[in-house]
Amino acid sequence: MQEQTTYNYKVVRQFAIMTLVWGIVGMTVGVLIAAQLLWPDLTYGIPWLSYGRLRPLHTNAVIFAFGGSALFATSYYAVQRTCHTRLFSDALASFTFWGWQVIIVLAAITLPAGITTGKEYAELEWPIDILIAVVWVAYAIVFFGTIAKRKVAHIYVANWFFGGFILTVALLHIVNSAEIPVTLWKSYSAYAGAQDAMVQWWYGHNAVGFFLTAGFLGMMYYFVPKQAGRPVYSYRLSVVHFWALIFTYMWAGPHHLHYTALPDWAQSIGMVFSLILLAPSWGGMINGIMTLSGAWHKLRTDPILKFLITSLSFYGMSTFEGPMMSIKTVNSLSHYTDWTIGHVHSGALGWVAMISIGSLYYLIPRLFGRTEMFSVRLITVHFWVATIGVVLYIAAMWIAGVMQGLMWRAVNPDGTLQYTFVESVKSTYPFYAIRLLGGTMYLSGMFIMAYNTWKTVVGSKAVDAPVLQPAAAH
Amino acid sequence: MNISIIDIRAWMTVLQVLVFLGIVWWAFGGSRKKRFEQDAMLALDDDDLKGREQEHARHR
Repeated sequence: MQEQTTYNYKVVRQFAIMTLVWGIVGMTVGVLIAAQLLWPDLTYGIPWLSYGRLRPLHTNAVIFAFGGSALFATSYYAVQRTCHTRLFSDALASFTFWGWQVIIVLAAITLPAGITTGKEYAELEWPIDILIAVVWVAYAIVFFGTIAKRKVAHIYVANWFFGGFILTVALLHIVNSAEIPVTLWKSYSAYAGAQDAMVQWWYGHNAVGFFLTAGFLGMMYYFVPKQAGRPVYSYRLSVVHFWALIFTYMWAGPHHLHYTALPDWAQSIGMVFSLILLAPSWGGMINGIMTLSGAWHKLRTDPILKFLITSLSFYGMSTFEGPMMSIKTVNSLSHYTDWTIGHVHSGALGWVAMISIGSLYYLIPRLFGRTEMFSVRLITVHFWVATIGVVLYIAAMWIAGVMQGLMWRAVNPDGTLQYTFVESVKSTYPFYAIRLLGGTMYLSGMFIMAYNTWKTVVGSKAVDAPVLQPAAAH
Repeated sequence: MNISIIDIRAWMTVLQVLVFLGIVWWAFGGSRKKRFEQDAMLALDDDDLKGREQEHARHR
């Protein structure tokens, strides 16, 4: 066979476009369920449109369909460019794309139908779990196969983060999805009681730590330096950052189970490791933001950099907030309230989505033979709509959450509860309206992006760039 | 002497801390400064717009 001389941009293009599509779908479902909290009868009691079924659809769609596609696209792009070689296998790469899309469609059918394992962020039933494992192993083969045939000696730090994310998610998914099938669409967990809860939150928190953090840090270490035109602030810090995250994240899960049947010492370990995590998280954030050191003026004119750097600010905020919330006494106030929802969305909309959006604005023109998006001004508009949307969302949820926590624990002098639960629901009502507004703004930003992408792509030619020889120094 | 699973776990923890400290020493060791500065340029020494004509910024 003739030697291939181009990078495989096709699979990157496919995943990049689907990131946008699934982002809009997932966030639309989010806006719908936010509206349901405001108007409970909005969907006329139709079972498959009920909050309980749509909520896991929302989380699965934004994390695994939107976030997952963004990770596939960016990791396939970065690994090819920094290894100076085409993807290991085109067929297998194509299989990961179509496989991942089938999984998403199956999720979109089964979850509204009420088919679920009931494990948060792992709701999909066993046949889909098996498919996920197969696709993920294919992803690992493509990614590490590409690294194995690299034309440079060094493996760039972004690839370490992407690689760590791929390996860990395989481990987490396979262990947590151990289940005993009863029928085609019903299974029971292989674990029981407190152990089941611990395995679930070992998985659940590391889904945050490795899917939503390590993977997106890989994005940061590639796209921030590229867009800023400057090397990472401290490459040596990035090495320590990687290993510090790997050594500590795995142990933080028990903080989801404070004051439960989980043994007290396990809860304390979870809390201590969550507090330790502040160090690598902030090390990474500072490393990303300081990459702009000496080039701060670029932030004024470049909306893509605005997205990337603002995402890092949200990353810093949520990785400060997270360890604080893992402290048992704080957790006794925050847990089960909307504060948690605010925290999650400061990470999800502020960090994960914004770094993905910034990276996509960098990628899309390059994948379609252009040098920039159709309209730079529309990127700026998108940035401000999204930023104001996030701030409204998280501020509303913070206030609502702290208020709920305080109302639930308030007691009269005789020891009886001062408020009934429904009183706290009633007090939350206006904040649900503000949250809906913030979420709607964020979603409208995605539509602006879709329009901008459409105008960039239409009339452009899909271009596969030639594989470049590494620079002499490498 | 009996070595229990608890002992193994404790020594694993100690070992991992030592490995991590070793990584920190390796990353920040003076003799490897230049090498890491070069590695950082790996992403940047790669023109992914090569051969394309620069478009004029359109502010629509």
